[in-house]
Amino acid sequence: MSIFPSPSVTRLLQVLALALVAAAPCVHAETSEQILDQYRTQAGTAPDPSRGQQFFTSKHDHEWSCSSCHGDKPVQTGKHVVTGKSIGPLAPAFNQERFTNTAKVEKWFRRNCNDVVGRECTPAEKADVISWLLTLK
Amino acid sequence: MSRRFNCTIRVAGACLAFAITALSSLALAEDEEHKHEHKHKNDMRSVPILPLYQQECGACHIAYPPQMLPAGSWHRIVNNMKQHYGTDASLDAATVKELEQWIMPQTNHARPLPEPPEDRITRSEWFTRAHHEVAAAVWSRPEVKSAANCTTCHVTAEQGNYSEHYVRIPGGGT
Ligand code: HEC
Ligand code: HEC
Ligand code: HEC
Repeated sequence: MSIFPSPSVTRLLQVLALALVAAAPCVHAETSEQILDQYRTQAGTAPDPSRGQQFFTSKHDHEWSCSSCHGDKPVQTGKHVVTGKSIGPLAPAFNQERFTNTAKVEKWFRRNCNDVVGRECTPAEKADVISWLLTLK
Repeated sequence: MSRRFNCTIRVAGACLAFAITALSSLALAEDEEHKHEHKHKNDMRSVPILPLYQQECGACHIAYPPQMLPAGSWHRIVNNMKQHYGTDASLDAATVKELEQWIMPQTNHARPLPEPPEDRITRSEWFTRAHHEVAAAVWSRPEVKSAANCTTCHVTAEQGNYSEHYVRIPGGGT
């Protein structure tokens, strides 16, 4: 159907090869409970769901809270506060892809905590948030 | 009606819709070119989308087609993801490299695009021209939120199709 505009076959092959590599299935298969356990261990304290809710729904001297994009109760589709793009529910009971890949979870905690709190979240804060999300059924 | 989005490149005798070349000459493309084939005219997927690009650049907004900005703009964007239009979208170096390898070949146009202010698609000359019939007040409607939110109006943008035939403006009118 559509014709590739690549000037050379080599480049076309490069692109296809890259696409294949990137399409290789993800081998991580963690559960949200396991990911919570990792943070609990790092924190050395028991997670507290109500503290997690408080952290999630409050502003921390910055423009946005976690809720700004994910909603106050992230069992529904959220909306990116700047772009308006929809964001699938964060609570694992409503979105089974959530908290199944440590690298992905770490990447988004790093970015979003930086935007919302101005620093990375501590393991205890992460554990609190996940423990709260797990109570949403 | 100047909203025609024409094919302007012919390679090996075939008329290819190398989309952005058409974009960059949107205002110029007229009569003569109406004769040429139009079937790919709004297809920004002449190269299949790299899954990594969809994943990394399609989470907060639509994965913008590489043809829509010049190489210099993309280079600055992907190498400065920690401060990305007011948000932290930081990426590791290996991912950035892989993305650039896929993006860059698609930015080679017969007539290079000028680098727009802030490296924004929405501030490109071609963008302004393509949208000159959209009333200024439309952009500030709450449902539109941001001009960068292409999908609110271009219902087929996720498929790489920005044809004027698949536009629905929230709140109606143009
Ligand atoms: C500016 C918008 C925005 C804000 C504010 C925000 N997030 Fe997110 N968050 C996103 C987007 C976009 C994604 C990725 C979209 C997707 O995977 O569907 C995401 C993904 C995540 C993920 C990944 C979960 C997974 O396994 O898929 C976690 C965890 C997360 N956010 C936590 C938070 C926390 C905690 C806060 C507050 C400190 C927060 N977010 C604030 C936009 C935001
Ligand atoms: C963490 C969220 C996030 C991620 C991930 C992200 N972006 Fe963005 N991007 C934004 C926000 C927020 C804006 C500003 C949108 C606005 O002004 O309406 C933006 C704007 C842009 C713009 C300018 C749009 C315009 O106004 O014309 C480009 C181009 C862009 N991003 C490219 C990328 C690329 C390429 C990637 C992947 C390497 C990427 N983005 C990943 C959040 C993100
Ligand atoms: C407020 C609604 C709206 C938004 C948001 C919007 N567009 Fe458009 N766009 C239109 C309309 C309406 C037209 C057709 C204008 C006309 O017919 O004169 C158009 C035309 C175009 C065209 C030319 C299509 C053709 O067939 O000639 C392109 C390409 C395009 N838009 C790309 C984009 C991109 C990329 C974005 C996001 C960065 C975007 N648009 C955001 C409403 C919008």
